[in-house]
Amino acid sequence: MSTKSLDSLSAAPRTTATAGTAGRVIAQRTAGSIFVLWAAVTLTFFVLRLTPGDPVTAILGGAGSSPSPETVAAVRAEYGLDQPVLVQYLSYLGGLLRGDFGVSYIFKVPVLEIIGPQILPTLQLAGLALVFAWIIALAFTILTVGRGRVLDGVGRGIEVFFASLPQFWVGIMLAVVFAVTLGWFPVAGNDGFRSLVLPALSLAIPLAGFIAQVTRSSFEEVLAQPFILSARARGLSDTLVRITHALRHAILPGLTLSAWAVGSLVSSAVVAEIIFARPGLGRSLVDAITNRDLPVTLAVVFIIAAVYILVNLVVDVLYRVVDPRTNPKGSAA
Amino acid sequence: MSLILDPTTAEEDRSGVPTPAKPQSRTFRFVRGTPIGVWIAAALLAFLVLAAVAPSVFLRQDPFEIDPANAFESPSGVHLFGTDQNGRDVFSRVVAGTGQSLLLGLAATAIGLLLGGALGITAGVSGKWLDSAICRFVEILFAFPGLLLALIVIAVSGTGVVTAAIAVGVGSAPGYARMLRTQTLQVIAAPYVETALSLGRSKSHILWHTIVPNVARPLFVLVTLGIGQAIVWASSLSFLGLGAQPPAAEWGAMLADGRNYLQVAWWIAAFPGIFITLAALTTTVVGHHLQRRLEAEV
Repeated sequence: MSTKSLDSLSAAPRTTATAGTAGRVIAQRTAGSIFVLWAAVTLTFFVLRLTPGDPVTAILGGAGSSPSPETVAAVRAEYGLDQPVLVQYLSYLGGLLRGDFGVSYIFKVPVLEIIGPQILPTLQLAGLALVFAWIIALAFTILTVGRGRVLDGVGRGIEVFFASLPQFWVGIMLAVVFAVTLGWFPVAGNDGFRSLVLPALSLAIPLAGFIAQVTRSSFEEVLAQPFILSARARGLSDTLVRITHALRHAILPGLTLSAWAVGSLVSSAVVAEIIFARPGLGRSLVDAITNRDLPVTLAVVFIIAAVYILVNLVVDVLYRVVDPRTNPKGSAA
Repeated sequence: MSLILDPTTAEEDRSGVPTPAKPQSRTFRFVRGTPIGVWIAAALLAFLVLAAVAPSVFLRQDPFEIDPANAFESPSGVHLFGTDQNGRDVFSRVVAGTGQSLLLGLAATAIGLLLGGALGITAGVSGKWLDSAICRFVEILFAFPGLLLALIVIAVSGTGVVTAAIAVGVGSAPGYARMLRTQTLQVIAAPYVETALSLGRSKSHILWHTIVPNVARPLFVLVTLGIGQAIVWASSLSFLGLGAQPPAAEWGAMLADGRNYLQVAWWIAAFPGIFITLAALTTTVVGHHLQRRLEAEV
């Protein structure tokens, strides 16, 4: 790959002190990720036990019902709530290993049956939102960075503005303009790509502001590097220099940000899911919290954390492949 | 001439050569004078703060007064932002909500900083074992992205304004912990800490009189930057029905309310959203400016 030759020209000092071979690093990172996931599940499990009120009340239909002691005891035994907390925890962990998330307190069916169909819509939404965010961010970066004070200032201003927008408000305004008034997209539902555009945009626009801020500053840095000057000296056009030489270096910090972005997208998808009446994990989570359905809450938290940790792991490993200079402090600084 | 230069010499080298981009000019401009954008942001922020502290200055109608005969009136001279489904004046409600929304943001940021500061500073000044234990713990908290940590807190403690503030505070704590740990490590490495040590000051004296004040120095900037995000988060929770509950004049709750009438009256949902954006935008712009100022000073 030609990146190698470009790297040697860039001004950052090369570090030869890597922690070990790539395979060992990947194994270490994977073990670390599994540990974090286990700890996250454990923490959530015990924190959710602190919820005031008896889970049996939630199972038996809320505070209004007055079940007989026999029913309460039967339900307690059925859901394993008569066991010591530690036993409950261990059996929950054992269940997780088999892909069993327990039984919903509200719907009385296995949790996976409820949230299983919700996973894909949320991942689609988050994925498309990330793609949109990158397209917007890169367009801003390429079009406005280093193009004179006015354009630079306009780009910078719009980015800060985008980053300050609350997703739910963007969603509502997009719905008013493009669905209600213009009728270009459906107002609600989960019916193919067209119904995905507005929800994804409502998540993507604020995120694009964040990504563009990061790519802008790294793009500025890269444009000031000697190898860009030498590329210009070789007579390459401005556009060609920007796209083939500068961009590749400028997107690396944004890549790390994307790992964070996927996690926050999956968890903030709830807003878009509720505005556009879409199925999804976030919606199930808010419903579960409102109904005090602990098994579903725990399962959604687990899935979101797992997706987030997995994406971070993949980006971490990819980063090493793309940029061999990477030191533990990261090259974004 | 070698093209492999370290950044500092490259910086000096370029001063004589015409360069395609001038990264220094931006910092230069900020040190010399405050850009117009920051002035506008500061003025708008002052307006929001005034509306929060003394809403009566701007209030022309009672924000809770119901007047069904005048429901769904579009923005006009009488009702600047129109009226909602109960004929309540949207402008008055938005102004009345400023206090609660800003207070929510401020409280959440304070809680986040307190928790994050306790973790971060303790980690920074502690020995290897406690430091890595806290770092691991913070890393685990980072496994709950975005609003997730806040949602867990709400799952445990129930809905409401107070729990929303705590939830958003806890949600932002891991980030502050990481920032303040780095800050603490930098302060510890500073020569004045070594001086204090060689003067024979006790460790707790140095902690409270040297380390904490110096770590807290950029705190004002962190608060300004954090409060905007906290307002957006807290209003998101209210929007989801997990924070402030209607008929409270809180921006997120008002938005959720207005969402049901989008087809007939877009203004009920639009204006609270514009104010959330304004609050986030102005605090971010002013905060970034203060941050650059501070960095330029150091």
